[in-house]
Amino acid sequence: MDRIFIAHLVVIGFTFFMLLNSAAVLVYMERKVAGHLQQRYGPYLVGPHGVLQPIADIVKLMFKEELRPKGADTLLFYAAPILSATAAFAAFSVVPFGADTTFFGLLAKPIGLQVTDVNVAMLVIFAITSMGVYGIVLAGWSSNSKYSLLGGLRASAQMISYELSYGLALASVVMLAGSLSLHTIVNEQAGYWFGVIPKWYLFIQPLGFLIFLTAGVAETNRAPFDFPEAEQELVAGYHTEYSSMSFALFFLAEYVNMATVSAVATDLYLGGWQGPFLPAWLGWLWFLAKVFGLLFFYIWMRWTLPRYRYDQLMEFGWKWLLPAAAINLLVTAAVVLKFGW
Amino acid sequence: MGALGFWVLAFVAVVASVLVVGQRNPMYSVLLLIASFGALSGLYILLDAPFVAAIQIIIYAGAIMVLFLFVVMLLNVPTEDPVKGYHARIIGGAGPRHFGAVLAAVLAVELAVALFKLQSEPFPAATAGASSVYAIGVTLFRDYAFAFEATSVLILVAMVGAVILARKESSHETGTETKAEIESARTRES
Repeated sequence: MDRIFIAHLVVIGFTFFMLLNSAAVLVYMERKVAGHLQQRYGPYLVGPHGVLQPIADIVKLMFKEELRPKGADTLLFYAAPILSATAAFAAFSVVPFGADTTFFGLLAKPIGLQVTDVNVAMLVIFAITSMGVYGIVLAGWSSNSKYSLLGGLRASAQMISYELSYGLALASVVMLAGSLSLHTIVNEQAGYWFGVIPKWYLFIQPLGFLIFLTAGVAETNRAPFDFPEAEQELVAGYHTEYSSMSFALFFLAEYVNMATVSAVATDLYLGGWQGPFLPAWLGWLWFLAKVFGLLFFYIWMRWTLPRYRYDQLMEFGWKWLLPAAAINLLVTAAVVLKFGW
Repeated sequence: MGALGFWVLAFVAVVASVLVVGQRNPMYSVLLLIASFGALSGLYILLDAPFVAAIQIIIYAGAIMVLFLFVVMLLNVPTEDPVKGYHARIIGGAGPRHFGAVLAAVLAVELAVALFKLQSEPFPAATAGASSVYAIGVTLFRDYAFAFEATSVLILVAMVGAVILARKESSHETGTETKAEIESARTRES
C-alpha cells in the first residue's frame, strides 16, 4: 500500500475518533458549565474534578436494560437512533480541519486534513444534515407514544422551517468565495485587512453569521429551541421511550451535530485554521480553539436562555430570520456583481 | 467498480420503488421512496454529476419527503387494508383495477418502444465540464433563464392555489401567515 492511502486512512480514523471523543468532552463540558453557571460544582467525584464522569456515564448506559414499548414498530424503533448517529458522523466527512500537510515530508504530495474534498462540499453537508431529521421523526413515530410523536412532529416542522434560513446564509458565503468547497472557502479567508483585521467572512457577513448560528441551534435542537425534547411539556420528546445505548446514540448524535455545526461555522466565517502566531502546520490548533469557543457559546446559551414558545419559534423563523437571510443574500449578490469581489 | 456500483444502485432503486407500491403501511412506503431517491442520487454520482446528486437528496429526500412523512404521521393511518370484496386477482378484479392494468400495459409497451429505439443510437457523449456548478449555473440562468423563471412562477401559482384551497374562510390571520410562507418557499425555489 502506498503512503498516501495509509495517510488517508489515518486521517479518517483520527476524524472518527475525535468526533467520538468530542461527544464525551462535550457531555463533561455541558455539565461543568451548567454547574458553574448555577453556582455549583457539577460532576466532581469520578476522577480529579470529575473528568472521568463521561466514561462512568457510558459504562452505566451500557449495562442498562434495553426497553421497548409494547406496540412499537420494532424495525424502525431500533433503526432510528442508528440513522441519527450515522447522519451526524457522515456530515463531518467533508469538513476540513487543517491546512494541507505532507506529515513532515513523509508523503510525496500534501493531502488535506479532511476525510474527503468534494467540489460540492457545502451541498453535501446540507444534504446529510437534512437526512438527520429522519432519525428523530422515526424515533417519535415508532415509539407508539404520544409524547414521542409530538416531539417527532415538532422536530420535522422546526427543521424544515430553519433549513431555509440556514441554506440562504450558506449561499451568501458561497457567492463571496465563488466555490462550494469548504477547503477553498477557508483558503479565501487567508490574510489581513490593513495588517490587523483577519479576512474572515465574519466581518463581511455579520448578519449571515448570526443567522447561521441561530438556524444551527434550531437544527441541532438545542435550547432555547429544544422543542422536540421539551421536558416540561413532552417528558423527553422523541427519545422518551429509549433507554440504554439507543438513548446514548441519540445523545451522541446531538453532540456530534453540535460539533459539526460549530466546525462548519468556523470554516465558513471564522477563517478555519487560519490564525496568527502559529505556523501553518499547527493551524488545526486554531481550528480546535475556534470550534470550542463556539461550542462553549452553545452551552452557555442553553443554560442562560429560557425556551421560547412553539408559535414564537415559527414566527421568528418565517417572519424574521428568513426575510433577513433573503435580504442578506440579495445585498451580497448585488455587491459581488457590482464590485466583482 | 463503476459497473458493479451501477448494478447495486439500480437494483436498490428498482426494488425499493416496487416495494413502495407493495407496502400496506404508508410509513414504510415513504421510507422506501427515500431509499429509492438515495440510490438514484448514487447513480448521479456514478455519472459524474455530484451537484445533481446533492440536489436530489436536499430537495426530494430532505424537504419533500419530510413533508410526506409529516402528513402520514399527522393522519396516523396504521395500514391501508383493501376494501371488502376487493379480490387480490390481477385479472377480473374491481373496476379501477381494470383501468390500472390497461394503463400499465400501455406504459410497458411505450417503455419497450423507447428502449428499442434508443438501442440503435449511441448515447451523446457528456460535454466536458458539464458537471461543474459553473456550467450548470450558466445553462440554467443564461441559456434557459426564461424557462427557469417561468417554472418558478408556475410553482408559485400552484402554491397560491393550494393555500387558497386549504384556507378557512372565516379566519383572517391565516392569510398573513401563508403570505410569509409563500415568500420563503419562492426564494427557495428560485
